[in-house]
Amino acid sequence: MSQPQNDFILDARDLKMYFPVTQGLLRRKVADVKAVDGVTFKIKRGKTLGLVGESGCGKTTIGRCVLRLYKPVGGQIIFNGEDVTSLPEKRLKNLRCNVALIFQDPYSSLDPRQNAGGIIGEPLKIHNWVGTNSEYEDRVEQLFRLVGLDPSMANRFPHEFSGGQRQRIGIARALACDPSLIICDEPISALDVSIQAQIINLLEKLQEGIRGLTYLFIAHDLSVVKHISDRVAVMYLGRIVEITSSKELYENPLHPYTRALLSAVPIADPFVEETRERIILKGEVPSPFNPPSGCPFHPRCFMATPECSQAVPPLRDIGGGHEVACIRV
Amino acid sequence: MAELLRVENLRTQFHTDSGLVKAVDGVSYHIEEQEIIGLVGESGCGKSVSQLSVMQLISAPGEIASGKVIFRGQDLLQFKANGPEMRSVRGAKIAMIFQEPMTSLNPVLTINRQLTEMLELHLGMNGMAARERAIELLDIVGIPSAQSRIGDYPHQFSGGMRQRVMIAIALSCNPDILIADEPTTALDVTTQAQLLELMKEIVERFNTSLVIVTHNLGVVARYAQRIYIMYAGRIIEEGTTKDIFGDPRHPYTIGLLKCIPRLDEEEGRKLVPIEGLPPNLINMPPTCAFLPRCSYKTERCSREPWPPLTHHYGQHYVSCFINTEGKTYEPAAK
Repeated sequence: MSQPQNDFILDARDLKMYFPVTQGLLRRKVADVKAVDGVTFKIKRGKTLGLVGESGCGKTTIGRCVLRLYKPVGGQIIFNGEDVTSLPEKRLKNLRCNVALIFQDPYSSLDPRQNAGGIIGEPLKIHNWVGTNSEYEDRVEQLFRLVGLDPSMANRFPHEFSGGQRQRIGIARALACDPSLIICDEPISALDVSIQAQIINLLEKLQEGIRGLTYLFIAHDLSVVKHISDRVAVMYLGRIVEITSSKELYENPLHPYTRALLSAVPIADPFVEETRERIILKGEVPSPFNPPSGCPFHPRCFMATPECSQAVPPLRDIGGGHEVACIRV
Repeated sequence: MAELLRVENLRTQFHTDSGLVKAVDGVSYHIEEQEIIGLVGESGCGKSVSQLSVMQLISAPGEIASGKVIFRGQDLLQFKANGPEMRSVRGAKIAMIFQEPMTSLNPVLTINRQLTEMLELHLGMNGMAARERAIELLDIVGIPSAQSRIGDYPHQFSGGMRQRVMIAIALSCNPDILIADEPTTALDVTTQAQLLELMKEIVERFNTSLVIVTHNLGVVARYAQRIYIMYAGRIIEEGTTKDIFGDPRHPYTIGLLKCIPRLDEEEGRKLVPIEGLPPNLINMPPTCAFLPRCSYKTERCSREPWPPLTHHYGQHYVSCFINTEGKTYEPAAK
């Protein structure tokens, strides 16, 4: 397969995904839930973009749009030089071979009646990725080893594995067809603390070993996202409010929501905690069904002025690839 | 500060088809007035079961095998689980906030009913007085327009608001101790921060003590004064928060601190995972349960039974041979 080897593997431009709200017997559309409302970002080949935000901010929806599990209502997603949003149905299979997904819950995302070998090998069959039986067996064995599982466990069923091992199976399945982009949707939030580090390290090791492997890492845990990502996008109510390198995000957060989110995450060190800024936001995230006018964050913002409710602030680059959507910074 | 609750050598077991599960295996801890303590461990380490045992909320096939729970000079385990003495303590003097605000509120009763039930049962209030107090409680926990929302059902509240209602219920009888079992795990980050601040405020304002049961080391680093680290049914290290984070001594504690990502870490820091899995609590060997995963183990560890908690200095206790032999570990990654 010849692919244009440009710098950016994924380029989302003004992406919009609305879900219709219907009412009455005739299920007439009465409104839209704007799950993702004009999101623009790029991911460099071989790098990791973290997507953080609270539940309902649209981060999972973006992942699903990239896979075309949802057809966006507006905007473009350029993956390897091709616009995913206008891809004809019959090309989708090929897309889903190149873009894989790792799910949050390793308990419900594996078929309980299929053994581990079958789960990992299924994508190979679907995408006709291997020719002969022995190639198939070799590839499955190779995938087991790649994620640190013993190939002799191929005949076991998901319930015989621990949570961490199950997530490894999920990762092996995602890697099966040698994808260039993996969407990791909260891949470690269901795991125990001591197991989380094993999975994070595995994901990092895989990226080092496989040339050009790119992650879109979706999570709500800011410290995990910061650890694994090169760049981080912070989302609020369907929009990106700040996007910058993970180092800059902690050292120089600019958007008031980013600052509040950072301060809400306690650091496991009482000596550091003593001196940290603590911003406690008022209220809760408004419903995306009826978002506030202007900047979606202004009703909870501690820096808001009357102007903030006028217009949606665009993301603007303030230098060094640090983009922020706020008129007060 | 005076001691409020002392748990001594608590053992809670579950008789299952596959064998005896010693979920809590000789746990001792105490809490002082107005103190916030943290009980930290991974799932299945017995942290929740130990708290349910204090409240005598263990049902078959589980049983509290032995131990003492001394609260204001009385051993609560001497009381019958359903007796009047225990019922006057449970919910009134020691109240619990559970993890899942979705499932721990009754979906078919109004918030008013669930709040006034406590007030009527424990304080003998009724009618308008109970309702007034209920509104006051909702106000304290920061539910806007409490007057109009008191008649609502749980599903009409968001997750964070439901947890506030849970806190209001727990607070209704002015308890001496609040036990918060993973109080914010199911909630969003900024809501978590709001609720933890609220609980801290309550501790200061109403002179209660708070037990935070959690797997999140950050939460206890921020809020707890003292910390107990649990592993496989036992406390393996205890000390002030600064002892635990500044001078962790048990290999498990050290391992935990090395394996969590931190917001303020250097770029390129590698996490050091704890290899292996937490043990299955059925038919445990007598040796240290952390032994198979320990990177500091010595020959003595596999020869002798699990060492008891031994005094280190101040309030710092560690259950590990290497420490009693006078060696110290390399400090945890900063």
